[in-house]
Amino acid sequence: MDQSAMLWGLVIASILATYLWRFLGTLFARRIDPDGAVFQWVTCVSYCMLAGLISRMVLVPVGNLVEVPLWIRLAGVLVGLAVFFAAGRIMLVSVASGLAVFVGLAAALNV
Amino acid sequence: MIDRPGPAYRRAVRDALGFPSIMLCASMMAFGSLAQQSGFSLGMSLSLTAGIWGLPGQVAMVEFHAAGATALFAILASSLANARFMPMAVSFLPLIRDGIRHHGWMFVLVQMLSLNSWAAGQRAFPEIAASVRAHYYVVFGILCMLAGLVGTAVGYFGVGNIGRPAALGLLFLNPLFFAVMIAGTRVRPAMIAIILGVPLGPVFHFVSADWGLLAAGVTGGTLAFWMHRKSGENA
Repeated sequence: MDQSAMLWGLVIASILATYLWRFLGTLFARRIDPDGAVFQWVTCVSYCMLAGLISRMVLVPVGNLVEVPLWIRLAGVLVGLAVFFAAGRIMLVSVASGLAVFVGLAAALNV
Repeated sequence: MIDRPGPAYRRAVRDALGFPSIMLCASMMAFGSLAQQSGFSLGMSLSLTAGIWGLPGQVAMVEFHAAGATALFAILASSLANARFMPMAVSFLPLIRDGIRHHGWMFVLVQMLSLNSWAAGQRAFPEIAASVRAHYYVVFGILCMLAGLVGTAVGYFGVGNIGRPAALGLLFLNPLFFAVMIAGTRVRPAMIAIILGVPLGPVFHFVSADWGLLAAGVTGGTLAFWMHRKSGENA
């Protein structure tokens, strides 16, 4: 088998292996009452996973973000959150402030 | 309250064309460039973006392959990195199903589910009637996927050279935006789950990079659910 056919096989297999989770979720979702306890529990699990994923992206990032010191990543997120709660929960302003702090510090320190 | 398809579509366009499409374009640019360096063709890279549609799994696939891992291991790692799609689908699809005539469509629509569409739905659905939530979700999902595909292609050809601080900033936009977005959650059990997830995510990651996130979600989510129930009994 040539290299390209083998890679395509890998690509398709990984797509199917990921779709399996979506498929199972769709199967289970059919029987679930959005006002019931099971739905509330799975929503809690989802929120916890997302919070865990986001905190992992900041604290233990993959890719180029690793090269930016932890304190700069933390400063960006904390400033974003502080502005969000202090200035009337406006997404655009909060994200822009956090981003400005992050990019500013990264540029100033020549990261 | 939005209760007609037209306004639901417009709200979806407005929500998608802000941060979500910018972030997706940026993070998929990083993925496109990684895939190109790892020996994948453009067609394969675009297929991985649209087919897996979850950055952690896409990156795992490409990185494990580039590191010379066996095929089975690369596929398993990539799939596990996106295991969150199962609880996400269970906690999302029941919210949109009123607007869908045939349940079979769910198996197609679930492909567009991502961190972005899930979070956007949680945020927007209280203001959208159940009958037109599917309309919102489809338009939002298609726009996000287009942005992701454009980003993948741009990254693949390496034309996204915008200077280092700006490029890092675009990558950082991802966790920053979601951190602010879920900080705005006002539903009590979800708030408890988020507070528990922040330490549990990284801690469980060090126990197992493959199963960590799933285990953290089930542990913290169950605890949050139980704490909420318990306090409800006493109230």
